[in-house]
Amino acid sequence: MTSANRRGWLQAALAGTGALVLGACDKITNNPQGIGFLQKAEGLTRRAQRLVVDRKALAKEFPAKDISPDFRPNGSIDPSDPDYVALRDKGFADYRLVVDGLVERPLSLSLDELRALPARTQITRHDCVEGWSSIGKWTGARLGPLLDRAGLKKNARYIVFHCGDTLEQTLDGSGQYYESIDLIDAYHPQTILAYAMNDRTLPVAHGAPLRLRVERQLGYKHAKYIMRLEAVDDLGQIGRGKGGFWEDRGYEWYAGI
Amino acid sequence: MAQAKKVLVYRHAAVTRLTHWINVVALTLLLMSGLNIFGAHPALYWGQTSTFARPWVSIGAEDKGDRMVGVTQIGSAKFDTTGVLGYSGKVGSRVPVAFPSWATVPSFRDLADSRRWHFFFAWLFVANGLVYWLVGLIGGHIRKDLVPTTADVKPKNLWHEIVTHARLRFPKGEEARRYNVLQKGAYLGVVLILLPLMVLTGLSMSPGFNAATPWLVDFFGGRQSARTIHFLTAFTIVGFVLLHLFMVVASGTWNNIRSMITGRYAIVPEQPGDTA
Repeated sequence: MTSANRRGWLQAALAGTGALVLGACDKITNNPQGIGFLQKAEGLTRRAQRLVVDRKALAKEFPAKDISPDFRPNGSIDPSDPDYVALRDKGFADYRLVVDGLVERPLSLSLDELRALPARTQITRHDCVEGWSSIGKWTGARLGPLLDRAGLKKNARYIVFHCGDTLEQTLDGSGQYYESIDLIDAYHPQTILAYAMNDRTLPVAHGAPLRLRVERQLGYKHAKYIMRLEAVDDLGQIGRGKGGFWEDRGYEWYAGI
Repeated sequence: MAQAKKVLVYRHAAVTRLTHWINVVALTLLLMSGLNIFGAHPALYWGQTSTFARPWVSIGAEDKGDRMVGVTQIGSAKFDTTGVLGYSGKVGSRVPVAFPSWATVPSFRDLADSRRWHFFFAWLFVANGLVYWLVGLIGGHIRKDLVPTTADVKPKNLWHEIVTHARLRFPKGEEARRYNVLQKGAYLGVVLILLPLMVLTGLSMSPGFNAATPWLVDFFGGRQSARTIHFLTAFTIVGFVLLHLFMVVASGTWNNIRSMITGRYAIVPEQPGDTA
């Protein structure tokens, strides 16, 4: 074999091996059991983070000078759902946040009532799963005291956020945005239902009239256009059963990483 | 000259060999899934936040009217990287994607699944690294084989090694039984600096972990800086691997590969009268 021959043979062998490996990786990705095996890392990550991160450890808060002038809105930025549009056109005067599910006292709160609840203001960094970050100032009602007012039943384990926007058009309605968090994050001091951003009324692009801030997780957990909070003991019956719009499409439910 | 007799010496302990090959698998998949993840927002910034209008690096596709081109921007310089970066695939069915499908896992653009691959192999990589470090520290591999000796770092020796390496003349005989100072420096730099830096900058991008160790992300200059350093370190490791593979081939492909599989490395003892 000449050296040119040998080089050609080697290149072909390398390219062939590479293609085989890539093909195998794609097969694993598209196989429910294959990707399911890789997904086991999520449980490990969640447990490890719960172990090393104190339940009440705060996300870093920044001085006002660090606020991003170009905070990027993502996901739905102008929902066209008729119910939402009707609320928006009246300046959310008819808006009511419904709190129900596994609670002792279901609630229906207007924006004024929400603004009268124990509030918190924080300047935090928003980290999108895509990789970018922006810093914003948020003011909103703390979720913990609100849940206490409704009185969680003993078997409540998760809080589900039902949203007013459809992010994907589907026949079965599973394109409606929703999210869920556990009670550790629900009672975290920085977990708020924000109605103001950067000292102004929350803009539509960022989730008016109400969005979640759950600062120690990635952006897609921060549900916008929140219409209803539901306390549940199991996420399997909601949406496609994975606990959120993006979770139903393959993303981690625990988005601390 | 009569063919000198080869002697097989035991060069690599089982733990070294095992952790080496696990690292090959883990780092390859981490790199390729990482390049897929990067495709979700193919731009890099310094500081805490993204200055969207002014990334210091970006990869994208631009419509030139009659055709699409892949454009890679670094600082104020712009390069046409059509076919590789920004716009790639078979001619006629090219797609706008940061890194080409042959370099990513999965081969199609998919943030959710590439994250699954990335974090799964991140755990394997960390566990593997901890085993290597633990055994290397307790067993003395790091101290005995990797930390340079005083004689190693004498300028005369350093210069000698650099010159002989540049000429691709490698130590023989007794000298070949142990790592030379350039090998020690390279391997120690990788296991002591580059690989831990990947883990630490990776953890600095985790908003959950940030709450436990806010000083870590600040140490790197903010989350977007950490992401940039994660990316730069990854490519430094790619550079090390390319150099490593080159040296493997230049200093005896099969002897090196065998030594990393069975542990046995062939050396040719120096004969009296041999000139090096």
